[in-house]
Amino acid sequence: MAKGDPGGTTRSRRATPRSRKGAAGDPALVQLLTPEGERIDSATGPDGTEYRVDFTDEEYRGLYRDLVLVRKLDAEATALQRQGELGLWASLLGQEAAQVGSGRALRTQDMAFPTYREHGVLYCRGIDPIMPLGLFRGVDQGGWDPNEFKFNMYTIVIGAQTLHATGYAMGITIDGKTGTDDGEAAIAYFGDGATSQGDVNEAFVWASVFNAPLVFFCQNNQYAISEPLERQTRVPLYQRAAGFGFPGVRVDGNDVLATYAVTRTALDNARLGQGPSLIEAYTYRMGAHTTSDDPTRYRIASEVEAWQAKDPIARVKVFLEKQKIADADFFAEIDEQARRESVHLRERVLAMPDPEPVTMFDHVYPNGSPLLDEQRAKFSRYMESFEGSAH
Amino acid sequence: MATETLTIGKALNTGLRRALENDPKVIIMGEDVGKLGGVFRITDGLQKDFGDQRVIDTPLAESGIIGTAVGLAIRGYRPVCEIQFDGFVYPAYDQIVSQVAKMHYRSGGRLSIPMVIRIPFGGGIGAVEHHSESPEAYFAHTAGLKVVTCSNPQDAYVMIQQAIASDDPIVFLEPKRRYWEKGQVDLDAPLSDAYPLHSARVVRPGTDATVLAYGPMVRTCLEAATAAAEDGRELEVIDLRSLSPLDLTAAYESVKRTGRAVVVHEAPSNIGLGAELAARITEECFYSLESPVLRVTGFDIPYPAARVEEEFLPDLDRVLDAVDRTFGW
Repeated sequence: MAKGDPGGTTRSRRATPRSRKGAAGDPALVQLLTPEGERIDSATGPDGTEYRVDFTDEEYRGLYRDLVLVRKLDAEATALQRQGELGLWASLLGQEAAQVGSGRALRTQDMAFPTYREHGVLYCRGIDPIMPLGLFRGVDQGGWDPNEFKFNMYTIVIGAQTLHATGYAMGITIDGKTGTDDGEAAIAYFGDGATSQGDVNEAFVWASVFNAPLVFFCQNNQYAISEPLERQTRVPLYQRAAGFGFPGVRVDGNDVLATYAVTRTALDNARLGQGPSLIEAYTYRMGAHTTSDDPTRYRIASEVEAWQAKDPIARVKVFLEKQKIADADFFAEIDEQARRESVHLRERVLAMPDPEPVTMFDHVYPNGSPLLDEQRAKFSRYMESFEGSAH
Repeated sequence: MATETLTIGKALNTGLRRALENDPKVIIMGEDVGKLGGVFRITDGLQKDFGDQRVIDTPLAESGIIGTAVGLAIRGYRPVCEIQFDGFVYPAYDQIVSQVAKMHYRSGGRLSIPMVIRIPFGGGIGAVEHHSESPEAYFAHTAGLKVVTCSNPQDAYVMIQQAIASDDPIVFLEPKRRYWEKGQVDLDAPLSDAYPLHSARVVRPGTDATVLAYGPMVRTCLEAATAAAEDGRELEVIDLRSLSPLDLTAAYESVKRTGRAVVVHEAPSNIGLGAELAARITEECFYSLESPVLRVTGFDIPYPAARVEEEFLPDLDRVLDAVDRTFGW
């Protein structure tokens, strides 16, 4: 029986994540900040690359602020869903460091292709955090401009966006925007489950043979809804890259410093013309896949507790305290800011109007369609036929 | 006026060349489109003249062709993807239906995916399975996609350029059994004026019954009309050209005049384009109809072995038989 499988037998319930072998095995991972808050000066990747970061105190405090705000806004969205204000929510709880670390490593000109869970990256791109809530509330399909923020629309079909990112990166090459310091790169976000998809494997092939300036950023959060990593792979995911002909590295996805360092290096390599790479951010989804599933059905409490001890925010806090980079006032101020922003978010979500029904016909075709225009006109007349209609 | 006699295949090739010349953002991509020039040679010579960054030989994976083209389109390019055969488009179906078709809508109009997906479609060339299918209904059913097909060299030349210039994602179906048929092509034909991409066309005027067809069946129907004329019946033949959106103005006008309509396509009848056409014509022309709208189609079976495909495909006799039946009501 697979370790970590909820199974139901006494024996499996005693299993701990530490005893996992095979697929999830290979504990070697790039880490610059331990769960206990100890700083590690540098770490070496599987190909010998040395990773380190050198942040100012202000930058350290900034990362902490990001992590706390992102977690708080996510918690607010989860609460809104529980109160019936959102149809669904895909929480990032536990994955804040993977998202903030990689998101902050992006340069303005880099283009990101997210899944539906990348609220932390979205936040780092400077997009109003209310934007994805429109999608999950059902009032729009997500309202930001992908070109303005260099952050594409959320993609719900698993892995489809990795091909979009690859094509976009091919375009960067054709535009001649690699090989210089101000070059561009793209980053594709996906999860462990997505690595089983054909599209992701095709993206690996394409990116490799076209030497695309692209970073594949896999957040291995250990579960694809209920299916554990063992159902997706028998080899550590980062090792797959070798078979496609580009480097792969596993980073502690709960370590914001290491995630930042690894992503920045991979993006720099890409923009300098060295082609794609795969980052496996080894992390854990602390909540449900979405608000519609019940993780207690498929995973055991001890496993969740073990990951709780690796919390991505707690370790930064310990580090900041130990190094006297931040004091109690700072932490209180951040908490207060997070509270204010989440209240503000809530107020704005509740005020989000339903769209005018006739707008559902908008933006189907850039050039329009006579048959659709006719259907819209009929629908409008139908709506107007109701007594007292404001339409 | 520069007029040349070209096959449909060569007309498409010439149209693609024009598009590459006129817009540096146009990129052709697909399996074997480079050195080989495509298995039907539609992209013959283009890589040689425009380079391997404009005419890209891709790895052998259809979802990858379409999915990467989406990214190129987001980047500002206008990809023209070749799917080698109709029956090979299904691995790319998810990307086409869930991504290409919906990206504009999903982004509230902020993104456009000006992509053309070229698919040689239909039977009649004696091929093995997966090489003779008519998948148009799958795509025509999907909002956000437009679906067009040509039936002669002039349209092939103009329509492929119009499709590439359009910001809409377009599935461009090429009637592969007609690739080698020749016709006059005006190489200076305007792209926007005479025949907009989404307009149907009366290709043979007539008074007694209306025959609606597209792609490879247009020629079959024209031959049927010639034969019918010998029997004293004047059939009006309409080439739909656009399958989504359908341009039914000419069809309605025609049917109201003739009182009879026959729809002809190779694809199986069940939930096919013929059903949509019959329903719309019935709604719009009910009081003018002398008989029900009839369909002549492929059968509701997988495309059969080549040695019986002539029985599967609608031919002149089956079209004339249907015309006879419309007069028998």
